[in-house]
Amino acid sequence: MEPAPQAEIELLFRAEHGRAVAALVRAFGDIDVAEEAVAEAFTVAVQRWPADGPPPSPAGWILTTARNLAIDRLRREAALADRHAQAALLHVRDEPLEEGPVRDERLRLIFTCCHPALGRAVQVALTLQLLGGLTSAEIARAFLVLEATMAQRLVRAKGKIRAAKIPFRMPEAAELPGRLQAVMAVVYLIFNEGYAASSGAELVRADLCNEAIRLGRLLTELVPGEPEAQGLLALMLLAESRRAARTNACGELVPLAEQDRERWDPRLVAEGQALVRACLRRNQPGVYQIQAAIQAVHSDARSTADTDWRQIVQLYDHLLDLDASPIVALNRAVAVAEVEGSAAALALVDALDLESHLFHAIRADLLHRLGRDGEAGAEYETAIAMAENAAERAFLRRRRQALAG
Amino acid sequence: MTKYLLSIYQPDGEAPPPEFLAEVMRDVHALNSELEAAGAWVFSRGLHPPSTATVVRLRDREMMITDGPYLEGKEHVGGFWVIEAPDLDAALGWARKAACATTLPIEVRPFRDVAET
Repeated sequence: MEPAPQAEIELLFRAEHGRAVAALVRAFGDIDVAEEAVAEAFTVAVQRWPADGPPPSPAGWILTTARNLAIDRLRREAALADRHAQAALLHVRDEPLEEGPVRDERLRLIFTCCHPALGRAVQVALTLQLLGGLTSAEIARAFLVLEATMAQRLVRAKGKIRAAKIPFRMPEAAELPGRLQAVMAVVYLIFNEGYAASSGAELVRADLCNEAIRLGRLLTELVPGEPEAQGLLALMLLAESRRAARTNACGELVPLAEQDRERWDPRLVAEGQALVRACLRRNQPGVYQIQAAIQAVHSDARSTADTDWRQIVQLYDHLLDLDASPIVALNRAVAVAEVEGSAAALALVDALDLESHLFHAIRADLLHRLGRDGEAGAEYETAIAMAENAAERAFLRRRRQALAG
Repeated sequence: MTKYLLSIYQPDGEAPPPEFLAEVMRDVHALNSELEAAGAWVFSRGLHPPSTATVVRLRDREMMITDGPYLEGKEHVGGFWVIEAPDLDAALGWARKAACATTLPIEVRPFRDVAET
């Protein structure tokens, strides 16, 4: 049998961590017990597999080994009158863990991680750690906080889950749509955190996109009846397909209109578009599906000029019906500029009550197109002052300099 | 089963008009009956205002007594329930009813088990 190199075990860790932790949480009723046991099992794998070769079913081996390690450890601790260990032992069932039915266990665990009694930042961190297998150091790096801060946040959250008894279970039918929305919001937030900061040097943040897409795939598998989950996955895939074209050699942002579309990943585009078509056939539109459809229209076009802007404006009208937020209205105005001209779009933008660098950047661009470069320059200045991301600031500076020339 | 403390956070200042309070009390009584029928009620009571509070603390083993509440804020705990529930979702369900009855924010906190303390 082929020896399993460490890299392969790491891949297995990423892929199987959530499944194994979810199954053990179900068995022992305790997150810490589950996490420690899964980590221990992988440690044993790293020691043994390179020499002995991997077992026939590596994922099953991890589950069984983790369960046995947990029981051994809990027995030792229970003997020392550790109440916590005794409780977990009482909880454990006799039957061996199976790989098949744990599908639902992962979903239960996601719902626990994204429980409304936990803050959004904590939901994100817990989901990445328990389902994604990221360490608190990795999560801290990705979200630009101190490792100690992130570790503390996670410990506090797990303490609350245990003490307040946040349950591991499927939400009831009446609350399911709202709870699913929270899960999807967490996944999309993870994606955006990775996507908004796509300067080449920040590899960990690109990892966040992959992680979010993996979670998005998991959701479509776990709740196949929810078209919004497919919409979310499609939206992320279509955005991700443009990663390579989105920054230039200097790490600066390249806007959609100037991207070399040959560099879009055709595999991701095809997968995203197939999902959008499947959503259209189901005809139960939602905010993620419509946003994905908008991206699919862009993906169809060979250039900005070739883009079906009328269809995009219609999709934004539809989106505004479901989500009347000023950000949606702002994006709609950008599409309106291509159909009705910059003056019409500027009138729409001016009517919005919005404080964001995007608002000022878009306003600047429209003013420039209308030949009002003096005002455009001032708007770029405001946008630059408000933008938090270095690649975006560099892009806006270039734009402002182009005005002067 | 876990016991939870449901605290009522009430704004400082004058009490609302009596008609309004009468309605709140009626809803709170109804909720208490429901809690009892479900076997979830452990204890509940309203508190006199913070102006009636006294704080005792030790300084160099001497007892210091101060008049008034420990924390001065814009809100105070106006009363509380102790309930028993299988998990946080169930406790939050009761808290939702308590927030409807009192029209005030309800803080939910789990009690430690006796053996945990």
